[in-house]
Amino acid sequence: MTDQPSAGSGEPIGPVTMLATPIRLDFDFTPGVAQSRFLRGLERGTFLGQRCPTCHKVYVPSRGTCPTDGVATTEDVELAGTGTVTTYCVVNVPFAGQSIEIPYIAAQVLLDGANLSFMGLIQEIPADEVRMGMRVEAVWVAPDELTPSLASVRYFRPNGEPDADYDTYKEYL
Amino acid sequence: MAERCAVIGVGQTHHKAKRDDVSIAGLVREAAKMALEDADLTWSDIDAVVIGKAPDMFEGNMMPELYLAPALGAVGKPILRVHTAGSVGGSTALVAAHLISAGIHRRVLTVAYEKQSDSDAMWALSVPQPFAAPLLAGAGGYFAPIIRAYMRRSGAPDHIGRMVAVKDRLNALRNPYAHLHLADIDLQMVEESIMLWDPLRYLEACPSSDGAAAMVLSSEDAVSGHYPPAWVHGSAMRSEPTMFAGRDQVNPQAGRDCAADVYAQAGITDPRSQIDVAEIYVPFSWYEPMWLENLGFCELGDGWKLTESGATAFDGDIPWNTSGGVLSSNPIGASGMLRFLEVAMQVRGQAGEHQIDGARLALGQAYGGGSQFFSMWVVGSDKP
Repeated sequence: MTDQPSAGSGEPIGPVTMLATPIRLDFDFTPGVAQSRFLRGLERGTFLGQRCPTCHKVYVPSRGTCPTDGVATTEDVELAGTGTVTTYCVVNVPFAGQSIEIPYIAAQVLLDGANLSFMGLIQEIPADEVRMGMRVEAVWVAPDELTPSLASVRYFRPNGEPDADYDTYKEYL
Repeated sequence: MAERCAVIGVGQTHHKAKRDDVSIAGLVREAAKMALEDADLTWSDIDAVVIGKAPDMFEGNMMPELYLAPALGAVGKPILRVHTAGSVGGSTALVAAHLISAGIHRRVLTVAYEKQSDSDAMWALSVPQPFAAPLLAGAGGYFAPIIRAYMRRSGAPDHIGRMVAVKDRLNALRNPYAHLHLADIDLQMVEESIMLWDPLRYLEACPSSDGAAAMVLSSEDAVSGHYPPAWVHGSAMRSEPTMFAGRDQVNPQAGRDCAADVYAQAGITDPRSQIDVAEIYVPFSWYEPMWLENLGFCELGDGWKLTESGATAFDGDIPWNTSGGVLSSNPIGASGMLRFLEVAMQVRGQAGEHQIDGARLALGQAYGGGSQFFSMWVVGSDKP
């Protein structure tokens, strides 16, 4: 590359050594049998988990096998939309493709009856009032907006119950 | 009986936010050439190359080992790619070491790198998926809740993380290759930096770096170079599933098992008294006290007390990350290898300003992914 004068200023710029060329890649996601069941549950406005026949732990979402026992999880378990915040952070960093306004609370939510937490958005409470052990409930999108995706859950919000005792969720950290 | 394996050459780039003077090929070649010169060898002396980096999606170069083979003198030679997320630099060195121990090759060049300025790791780690809410904001967003859990579990006071952030940046001032050289770093500066992932502040997180690391490993009959070799006394890798009921993410079993294995091989029964210096993968400040516990340097819940006492500082009894660590340079794929390389430098006595006098036995550790990959080695100045 040769030095080129920059437009207008008359000042030379350095040699071009790198170009950013945005590309786009669309893909279809094939979730498999177990995750399809979970995603179809979300489409109906419910959390559908699965229980391991050996250790009896309930996974949500289930990948179709128990990672500990290595056996298929076949029993479906429908879970309530309430749970406990086991731990969380307040995200205050912008990044490309971000879809939620910062700052936001990303929490590990342990649904009642489940044995594994997953990450959920907490709203309707100031960030500095969120607590480990806080009891929350899912807020779903309108029935005609439900899709087979976690986008069907708008967020979780405090449900007004007293905080869960640390001993009840410390095994899930 | 396995062959003894020696580290006979080390090389690393000057790590920076943007190495726009070199391509990825130029970056890895720079580190590799330095390692060859240190070993007093040329490209033709090398039998095989083992290369590692973090996910291909970071820079968008798929199977980059194919494109990098000519830059590493690997045309017509075996080249092997390793991938275990952030721990990859460590695992890559171990695969190379095992090729020596197994008697397959006599001299292996191993290289790891990342060119974060060519990439967008935050984006690559936060791609939306239908079965997860789009909340994950890079690695910090993943690890901050685990750090909060550690703080709750151990009762550690808030300032511990800031102490690590300051300690490792002060150490980096002794290392000319470190990315960050923050001469005026202190607790107040860390406390006043922006909160990125509460409870983690900007200065409690690693930088984004361009950089590469390389080592030449050899069998006992092929030892050469300008410094005495570092001998591999133990090597171990472990992994565990990212998600299972009862998983302890604060103190992962894979890390404990990996440490137990590498200590058994190296004859270590009391890590705190036997290990002279350690380079441990601490990308976020709080991972120092967490890994102190996971690696058995103290009882569970006491890691923060060790940090607070100054035990891990440059003049402490168990100096950790005298190079400045991941908190001062983070070319992701290379970060694990830098840990392994730095401890080899220590026992070879070539660490310059950040040399710990009389270091004879040292531990290098790397972890990656959602704390599910671990790799470790123990190197010493004496033959095992």
